[in-house]
Amino acid sequence: MSYLDYVRQFKLPHYWCPGCGTGVVLQAVVRAFEALGWKQEDLAFITGIGCSGRMSTYVNANTMHTTHGRPLAFATGVKLARPEKHVVVVSGDGDALAIGGNHFIHAARRNIDIKLVIINNLVYGMTGGQVSPTTPQKFRTQTTPYGNIDPNFDVVKLAIAAGATFVGREAVTRPRNLEKLIEKSFQHKGFSVVEVISNCHINLGRKNKMKDQITMLRWISTKTIPKNLAEKKKPEELEGKILLGIFHEDKNRKEYTELYREIQERAGGNK
Amino acid sequence: MSEIKILNGNAAIAWAVKQINPDVVAAYPITPSTSIVEHIAKYVADGVMTTEFVTPESEHSAMSMCVGASTGGARVFTATASQGLALMFEILYIAASLRLPIVAGIANRSLSAPINIHGDHSDVMAGRDTGWIQIHSENSQEAYDNIIQAFRIGEHKDVSTPVMVTMDGFILSHALQDVVVEEDEKVKNFVGERDPLYTALDVDHPITVGPIDFTDYYFEHKRSQMVGMENAPRVIKEVGEEFKKEFGREYGFIELYKMEDAEIAIVVLGSTAGTTKIVVDELRNKGKKVGLVKMRVYRPFPSREIVDALSNLKAVAILDRAMSPGALGGPLFTDVRSSLYESDKKPILVNYIYGLGGRDIAPKHIEEVYSRLEKIAATGKRGELLSYINLRE
Ligand SMILES: Cc1ncc(C[n+]2csc(CCOP(=O)(O)OP(=O)(O)O)c2C)c(N)n1
Ligand code: SF4
Ligand SMILES: [Mg+2]
Repeated sequence: MSYLDYVRQFKLPHYWCPGCGTGVVLQAVVRAFEALGWKQEDLAFITGIGCSGRMSTYVNANTMHTTHGRPLAFATGVKLARPEKHVVVVSGDGDALAIGGNHFIHAARRNIDIKLVIINNLVYGMTGGQVSPTTPQKFRTQTTPYGNIDPNFDVVKLAIAAGATFVGREAVTRPRNLEKLIEKSFQHKGFSVVEVISNCHINLGRKNKMKDQITMLRWISTKTIPKNLAEKKKPEELEGKILLGIFHEDKNRKEYTELYREIQERAGGNK
Repeated sequence: MSEIKILNGNAAIAWAVKQINPDVVAAYPITPSTSIVEHIAKYVADGVMTTEFVTPESEHSAMSMCVGASTGGARVFTATASQGLALMFEILYIAASLRLPIVAGIANRSLSAPINIHGDHSDVMAGRDTGWIQIHSENSQEAYDNIIQAFRIGEHKDVSTPVMVTMDGFILSHALQDVVVEEDEKVKNFVGERDPLYTALDVDHPITVGPIDFTDYYFEHKRSQMVGMENAPRVIKEVGEEFKKEFGREYGFIELYKMEDAEIAIVVLGSTAGTTKIVVDELRNKGKKVGLVKMRVYRPFPSREIVDALSNLKAVAILDRAMSPGALGGPLFTDVRSSLYESDKKPILVNYIYGLGGRDIAPKHIEEVYSRLEKIAATGKRGELLSYINLRE
């Protein structure tokens, strides 16, 4: 199957603003589906609410558009009911880390086999650009008109600390690397997290002197650095930089639905 | 001096809140109420308001913060809609049970699923048993005026109950209208300071809020909660009268439009009342005896006023912008119908569900309702109790 078969083309043109990074992530996700040869009927694709959440309209598989913050909770239900299926969640930074932050840490703690991709555009994009838990300090948003004072989450550290067994980060400025990372995370058995640094030039860039996608993508490029290149740099050169790559991979920890099957067997059920 | 500004509903509400300058505003963004909070964020950042403005991680947290702040004696405001209000539900009950006079501005929006951002009343109607006072607005002016009155009503010692002021999402929240805004000082004086019954931050009189309460006293506490709601009608009336004296605009529980000699009428709330007025005028020009009853206060429900307004009519249609699956009809319908049980004389009633998910309701749809009411009045035959307006079946 071609990656285009995983896209509902009759739904195009899509809803996203021209130049939005969300489309780049969609492309990377469906290309990963193609590379892995996943059958549509084996695939549950679940999103929350936000610009990121609109992806479940465009992906041609079993998809669910849920509520703001809860896609991981819905996905946990799907995975427990049908552990043999591939369950993929695409979420936003607000969706996964603000209103849905609780589900995020608990899905990681359980190590349930859900593949999570967080489109981190550093803002609540859909509602017009309000501060999110990943908005950099000093950035202006609709709710922080003179600059954000809140410290922000390091998604990678948070995911690792909470128990995710595959954790990586990429940026929409490197679409091929993104595709490879997502593909690798999809092959992992356990809770995987891929954070994608993305651009919302419309509702974040414009308020921060990055009024078009090119300027904002350039900013992302200068802000990010692949892990292997970073290793050769001095600490002061890495000040304020966001590292890209795979940060954690644990193949030994048992996956949750497997543990669940084992306890069922021990209890004499599920015969 | 008062002045006329061109504001949408969200800006009108934010304007009132700016003038009142509450101690704390905690809110999470959601379409279509987001810009209420964005205006406030800007006012705070510009130093026009001295409010503590908090951006929590969800509406559940927003309402919890409101409860915390209000318990501490603060004057508190929040704004939300739809899923946001739904997520607040646990805490809406707590705010009401603790008798905390929080004010919330709601830009009505449909509930998921499927997701839809447009206006209907599913969100607030689901909140009708939470214990909050509910005041609906027909236009931006009313939204502005209702917010000012809401603080006075909710914070009155005999009421001490949270209040939601609602307006139709997009239709009002995003449409520019002329709004008379009053002088800052006058609004501040009208609203006054909050003087809480008790506060959790009084070290000389420490209190405990919301502790466990089983079969021994829970029931008594719940019963005593109703006292606020029972006192509310008197206070709503007084505040409305004072508002009229101060600012010249009149507010009651319901508004009667061309009802003096009406034989048939529509009961509706929100912006559709405005559309209905146009139709009433047209039909009146043709000599038809039609009228409108617009609901302003939905909780506490003004049963007596409804009975007085409707009992002598021949036929009445109640228009609901929300469903109540499994009930006799929509929420407004069941309230109106049950109020009329107390009356010896009653009109024939029909119920319509309209406008879910923002579906248009145009003058021609309202005309159709009136023309059916005419037939019912003439024949005495009702037909279907519940029907739908502008729906493909
Ligand atoms: C319970 C609830 N609260 C608020 C909203 C409004 N809302 C929709 S999307 C969104 C923020 C989206 O931000 P993010 O998750 O970062 O996604 P993005 O749009 O940036 O992709 C909010 C607050 C909602 N739909 N439901
Ligand atoms: S608002 Fe931002 S995140 Fe949403 S589609 Fe536009 S650019 Fe993308
Ligand atoms: Mg975002």
